[in-house]
Amino acid sequence: MTPDVGPEGGIVLSQLSKSYGAVPAVQSLDLAIAPGETVALLGPNGAGKTTTIDMVLGLTRPDSGTISIFGVPPAKAVQAGWIGGMLQTGAPLEHLRVRELIALTASYYPAPLGIDEVLGLTGADAFAGQWTTKLSGGQAQRLRFAAALVGDPDLLLLDEPTAAIDVEGRRDFWHSMRDIAGRGKTVVFATHYLEEADAYADRIVLIAKGRVVADGPATEIKAQAASRTIRGTLRNADPAALRALPGVLAADRHGDAVILSCSDADIAIRALLAAFPDIHDIEVRGGSLEEAFLELTADQSDTTTDVMEAAR
Amino acid sequence: MSSATHFRYELLRTLRNRVFYGVTLALPLLLFLGVASGQRHATFNGTSFPLYFMTAMAVYGSMFAVVGPGARIARDMARGWTRQLRITPLRARTDLTAKVVSAYLLAVPTLVLLYLAGALLGVRLSASQWLELTGLIMVGLVPFVVIGFVLGYLMPVDALTPALGGIVVLFSLFGGVYGFELAKSGPLFDVMKALPSYWLVQAGKTVVTGTGGWPAEAWIVIAAWTAILLPAAALAYRRNSARA
Repeated sequence: MTPDVGPEGGIVLSQLSKSYGAVPAVQSLDLAIAPGETVALLGPNGAGKTTTIDMVLGLTRPDSGTISIFGVPPAKAVQAGWIGGMLQTGAPLEHLRVRELIALTASYYPAPLGIDEVLGLTGADAFAGQWTTKLSGGQAQRLRFAAALVGDPDLLLLDEPTAAIDVEGRRDFWHSMRDIAGRGKTVVFATHYLEEADAYADRIVLIAKGRVVADGPATEIKAQAASRTIRGTLRNADPAALRALPGVLAADRHGDAVILSCSDADIAIRALLAAFPDIHDIEVRGGSLEEAFLELTADQSDTTTDVMEAAR
Repeated sequence: MSSATHFRYELLRTLRNRVFYGVTLALPLLLFLGVASGQRHATFNGTSFPLYFMTAMAVYGSMFAVVGPGARIARDMARGWTRQLRITPLRARTDLTAKVVSAYLLAVPTLVLLYLAGALLGVRLSASQWLELTGLIMVGLVPFVVIGFVLGYLMPVDALTPALGGIVVLFSLFGGVYGFELAKSGPLFDVMKALPSYWLVQAGKTVVTGTGGWPAEAWIVIAAWTAILLPAAALAYRRNSARA
């Protein structure tokens, strides 16, 4: 499942664990990312995405396990200017204009990009002369993106980069992101937006309760979980009996309409017709990534509502 | 060079904080002119009042300037950008050095303005005496830089400005910065002599009496305050960065 990382080493997280008090945030997490890959860390709130990213950035020290970034530990990679990070929070420094803050950030790196190039790339050129304390949420997000990019890092880590941006801004953001990923950078982003992971990542790493529960291209993730949904009309159906059918993972009833999520729809439909010959208006459909997501993080009953909302 | 740019922007940011800079620059100057112009020929504490009060007000303004860096680090940290800095190749030490050096640099105009105002009211010192005075003040300010860091790391940001202001005022009151001494002898005077601000104010008298700098007692007081506060600042810093 993990791709060959090649001679440069890529990013390798092995047996990574971190707890906050008695609460485990990340548990024995293994992950290898090849140079040039764009990977989405997808998971509900509290799944351990931010903790994982903070550990890769060297902001949080793991309780156990190791992290190697192009062959060196995080602190060294940061020191070398190989990493650019876009954190979820962080109001920019006061008493500076946007352009100045980017120029200042550029000065920390050995071989930064041009200031104008970065401002243009992130759309921050539109408010380059603005005081950093007078920015909207979306503008602050672009500024953080510009700050992450300006050092021309090989690895970009983005923690929920579109959380504060409206729908249109989000499209622009991913457009810029594609440009940058196209320059051969390794990009890792955390999100709980399924469509973002699906549309912009080469590979999705699904995280739940601090563990990797699925890892692969979006199509593979879908196949790995409930692959089909069967819908039909059935009078007085007993959901428990439906759920007991072979190949069925979950059954739902809304009036006379029944919906079955299946791990194997072929087996399920044969059993369904045999057990409930009255069923009619049958429809079999491919599952969405959202269903796959819910399926794979199934025991997260406390957080699934969050995810459903976030997915809308 | 990266640290040069960082330093330049640090200075720029402090200068743009006009209210803060206005206080360190204008307040002591106005106090000096207001109080000392009526007492040009008075003597105080064994020296001329204008020399005494010029030194005191120079110390007052520069104390405000040098407690600034700690507060600024704390404010940057509270805004969250410190985490962003930690994932760049910038070293925390460079940031800290830039803040301290720019605070000292910003104290220089305060000193120069007070010196000019002092000269206007009849203070006459030789070039080497002006330099010695400046040197003694710079050294005596070190504990205040560290106090800024200790409070900056320990206090909630909202309470920081009044707390630092209050600390400077207390040290000033007990150190004789306001142009009067709370005691001339006894236990209270012993307390006063144990404060770095007391010796800072004495620097003016010290350079004209030509005793070759402060008495040993002054150096011990300043060194002791620094030695006690530095580990406290380091501890507070570590506690703070673990949390950030």
